[in-house]
Amino acid sequence: MTARLDLDAVLADPATRIVVCCGSGGVGKTTTAAALGLRAAERGRQVVVLTIDPARRLAQSMGLTALDNTPRPVKDIDHSAGGGLHAMMLDMKRTFDEVVLAHACPERAAAILDNPFYQSLSSSFSGTQEYMAMEKLGQLRAEDRWDLIVVDTPPSRSALDFLDAPKRLGSFLDGRFIRVLMGGARSGGRAYLKVLGAGFGAVTGALTKVLGAQVLKDMQTFVAALDTMFGGFRERADTTYRLLQAPGTAFVVVAAPERDALREASYFVERLGEEEMPLAGLVLNRVHDSSAGSLSAERAAAGAETLEETGAHPVAAALLRLHADRMRLHAREQHLRGRFTAAHPRVPVVDVPAQPADVHDLDGLRAIGAALGA
Amino acid sequence: MASRESDWEGVRLHIVSGKGGTGKTTVAAALALALAGHGRRTLLMEVEGRQGVAQLFDVPPLPYAERKVAVGPGGGDVFALAVDAEAALLEYLDMFYKLGGAGRALRRLGAIDFATTIAPGMRDVLLTGKVYEAVRRKRGKGPTYDAVVLDAPPTGRITRFLGVSQEVAGVAKVGPIRSQADSIMKLLSSPQTVVHLVTLLEEMPVQETCDAVSELTAAGLPVGAVIVNAVRAPLLKQADLTAAARGRLDRDLVASGLQAAGVSTRGGVVEALLEEAGEHAARVALEKSGRRTLKGLQRPTYELPMLAEGVDLGGLYALAERLCRQGAA
Repeated sequence: MTARLDLDAVLADPATRIVVCCGSGGVGKTTTAAALGLRAAERGRQVVVLTIDPARRLAQSMGLTALDNTPRPVKDIDHSAGGGLHAMMLDMKRTFDEVVLAHACPERAAAILDNPFYQSLSSSFSGTQEYMAMEKLGQLRAEDRWDLIVVDTPPSRSALDFLDAPKRLGSFLDGRFIRVLMGGARSGGRAYLKVLGAGFGAVTGALTKVLGAQVLKDMQTFVAALDTMFGGFRERADTTYRLLQAPGTAFVVVAAPERDALREASYFVERLGEEEMPLAGLVLNRVHDSSAGSLSAERAAAGAETLEETGAHPVAAALLRLHADRMRLHAREQHLRGRFTAAHPRVPVVDVPAQPADVHDLDGLRAIGAALGA
Repeated sequence: MASRESDWEGVRLHIVSGKGGTGKTTVAAALALALAGHGRRTLLMEVEGRQGVAQLFDVPPLPYAERKVAVGPGGGDVFALAVDAEAALLEYLDMFYKLGGAGRALRRLGAIDFATTIAPGMRDVLLTGKVYEAVRRKRGKGPTYDAVVLDAPPTGRITRFLGVSQEVAGVAKVGPIRSQADSIMKLLSSPQTVVHLVTLLEEMPVQETCDAVSELTAAGLPVGAVIVNAVRAPLLKQADLTAAARGRLDRDLVASGLQAAGVSTRGGVVEALLEEAGEHAARVALEKSGRRTLKGLQRPTYELPMLAEGVDLGGLYALAERLCRQGAA
């Protein structure tokens, strides 16, 4: 029997400093993050929730009106337990700019901020969001203003991208390709190419052919400008990665009781294990249950048929049909849930009942929080 | 097969996006089937490395090669391809540049890794580049595929994904990458391309669909149909729905109905069913307002039913048939 995930215990434990909500898109990750943050705050913790791309009304429910990269206090929460709640939306361009400004001298920083490569990289290319979410998490943790940080992860093509971001950055910084791009500017570049049996000219020639001379030049300038801040950049990425592995972090995998979402959740659970990331458990959102569970789908459908034959009691017949549909859905969801728990018997799970409407106020978040915690 | 002319005559590239969890891969697969009319060939492409297409068609994971996965209800062939960015880059370099030793050196230096995983955006350029190549490929006098269906990234990323070539054009003012990017952009913004948006009748997916329509339109990308997935028919009449929503269904009448049906009412069954009716009514009301919002977008709209037993191959054909009947193919 799979254990029940006790999120109240996770949130109440002062050792828990970071909660990361992850899962595939459309499973209610952001709502879960917000609900956990609110619940922890109203139970006495100083919490900041970092959201990546919240639905407009959810953002409004927390008083977030602008994507301004600054934690804002959430009003109208219950402070009686001594806690507090801030929320912020990630602005990836601004976060990236701040990193550059923090790590390069003003002259270099200006050169980087003006480079066309940088401008695309920082504002529109996908992938940057993952880096910057991790960067922001590191910053919030370093600020030490909050005793609990709840992070929502970016809506990535793969829910795992954000885990790889620091590592990718690391391998990029170590990359031989960078050394070659830098050519003579960084020692070892040319010598390295000799080992590979290709002349420096041949490789830059090939790059020019593919990229065009002007692109190559911009790229080289960009890399050269970034070079000075690489050390600090990399150190931070490594620190954040270690922070995620530390015991003060709890990963919460969010899924809906659907095949694809649970498959992604399985994959995620396995990956977290490989990376030695501390997994708290699985939140299974939008579960359909019935308080008339004793009335089976078959019996309800048979009853509806009996009534439909005579034409009497159309409302009762419709209600029986509704119930039959619901029980069938319930059975399908339980089957999928069972497949997950059989494959991951040691992962605790908590079910959150499907809400009839989307959440867009603090009371809605409280209701979700109660289901998550109780 | 099609009982009326398709809404998309002349369209060669159907891009299918939607909020995560709305079933866009299922809809893309059903559309690829629907478009495979007699003597036609369609290619279903996926770019997110999830192997969702293989699972839908119940075939082994797709390699980086076009495989026939199904025969459409109209007798045409459906091929599928899972595009891999690294393989696409190597193929591209081979096709357009004879790099020889320098090319191999680039690969061993990690330049390929760099380009496909680290340089953000490069991946999207390569993926859209491969889509472009598949659409333009020739077989004899005609195109290799009569239609290409792309299971695209979700609405949150779609405009960025499709606009990536424009972004590149901003970086590369001249040169071969620029001309490649320009050709891709030209195809994507041409009448040969449409972007269909899959949604559910729920608040957030509907909102995201509206946002995506404005974003795509602003980026000069052609919006196709709105495809409403997993639609359930209301089981109660409007008056009863209103009563159910207000908790005013006649309890005793329902109880005697259940007795007439031979169903035991013990253990709070009546109250439970009334509660379920109330939730159903709330959902139907939300669906109604969702439909109204979607109608305001003034796009062709198709509705696909919720498949009670989940999506299997038989279900895909049923959805394909529905798409044909409503004019999608």
